[in-house]
Amino acid sequence: MAILEVQHIEKHFGHTRVLQDINFSLEQGQALAIIGSSGSGKTTLLRCLNFLEQPDSGRILVNGETLFDAADPLTQLEKDIRKKRLHFGMVFQSFNLFPQYTALQNVMLAEQLLAKERPDFKENKREIYAQIEEHGRSLLAQMGLSERAGHYPHQLSGGQQQRVAIARALALKPDILCFDEPTSALDPELTGEVLKVIRGLADQKITMVIVTHEMAFARDVANQVIFMDGGLILEQGDARQVIEHPQQERTKQFLARYSGNE
Amino acid sequence: MALIMEQMPIVFGALNVGFLQTLKLFIVTLIGSLPLGLIIAFGSMSGFRPLKYFTKLVIWIIRGTPLMIQLLIVYYFPGLVLGNSIWGGGESGRFLAAAVAFIFNYACYFAEIYRGGIQSIPVGQHEAGKVLGMTRVQIFFRITLLQMIKRIVPPISNEIITLVKDTSLARIIALQEIIWAGQAFMKGSQGISGAIWPLFFTAIYYLLFSGLLTLLFGALERKLDYFR
Repeated sequence: MAILEVQHIEKHFGHTRVLQDINFSLEQGQALAIIGSSGSGKTTLLRCLNFLEQPDSGRILVNGETLFDAADPLTQLEKDIRKKRLHFGMVFQSFNLFPQYTALQNVMLAEQLLAKERPDFKENKREIYAQIEEHGRSLLAQMGLSERAGHYPHQLSGGQQQRVAIARALALKPDILCFDEPTSALDPELTGEVLKVIRGLADQKITMVIVTHEMAFARDVANQVIFMDGGLILEQGDARQVIEHPQQERTKQFLARYSGNE
Repeated sequence: MALIMEQMPIVFGALNVGFLQTLKLFIVTLIGSLPLGLIIAFGSMSGFRPLKYFTKLVIWIIRGTPLMIQLLIVYYFPGLVLGNSIWGGGESGRFLAAAVAFIFNYACYFAEIYRGGIQSIPVGQHEAGKVLGMTRVQIFFRITLLQMIKRIVPPISNEIITLVKDTSLARIIALQEIIWAGQAFMKGSQGISGAIWPLFFTAIYYLLFSGLLTLLFGALERKLDYFR
């Protein structure tokens, strides 16, 4: 069974249609890359998955459970959305780390706040916090940032900040980790270190949806690729197949602009 | 000159008492208006339009009229128009009325500063909190608040230093603050009359106190310098 199913998603901003009949599914442990030019709806699609935008129609299922159905108001209750979001992790283009917290605190914050809702929190506060700190440190270590745990975001390079953001998104063990152009705000030198980390996550079979402009990366790391244009999915399929042998004229045009860079 | 030296202990004694009342009004105003301002700020940013526009109307009226008039209205209106002076007589009644007028007035100014501070925080901060499953309250207190405070320290300190001197407006309803205490020696008090220098001297009190506040706010700014 697919871990993620997206069915007939549509989204308008005013009279502008930004997403139109979006359908795809993703298997556990696979990586999906979404490519396309700016304004094609990639980011909006990702934001719909994270409940940062509400689709006008369509359904979103995770592990067979309907998280969102535009036709069913019961799936849109504000109080449930918070919990539903936890199925997804999100890594933003501009990192969005919390500047007043250290790298480690950024990673631990959400887990600490959720722990307070546990019935045994009061008795076992100390152990729970110790576990969370250990988890946070191990995530930073996995990102190659053990030495930077006590640094504040402004003391870190862009690539380091984005790796902290990835650790933060992983902290709550989401079913699906989403990346919104994770390297677009980085210069080429720093892009590599972030892509390497994401590659590592793919090797660990973490389910991912990655919006990216890095075609070689999408081809090598993703299992599936979706090419979007004007709010529509124009082409989707096996990553290598779509990127190396696109069928649609529009996809060929788009990819031709990137081939020079490789 | 010798006379002035003789009068000094009496004058300082009276000015100190007056300054204590100034200080009391200053502190009570801050304690009331800093949190009230936040509530008004949320009102002016509310998605519920009637509340939003009502709040904006109130802010317009309060910021658009002199504090001195507001003091007079708050103090005299209940007694003159409604025939019921709710403030009670004497200095404590005047203080209560002054505190209410000051708290409302300053809360409206603070509200606009808070709103500016909150709205200047990138929306991505809020979204990052949301996708981590945080509640709105958690997002405000854990993420937004400290970043907002850092941004608003300069404009708030401006406003607070203005408040130090604005407390003198309470003189208009005869609150016995430091200006009132200084002026008393012009009309005649404790055997001293026709002396204008005590009034001039009150300026030193304001100057020293605002100097102290400037240092405090400088220290606070440095304390929040650890992040950007």
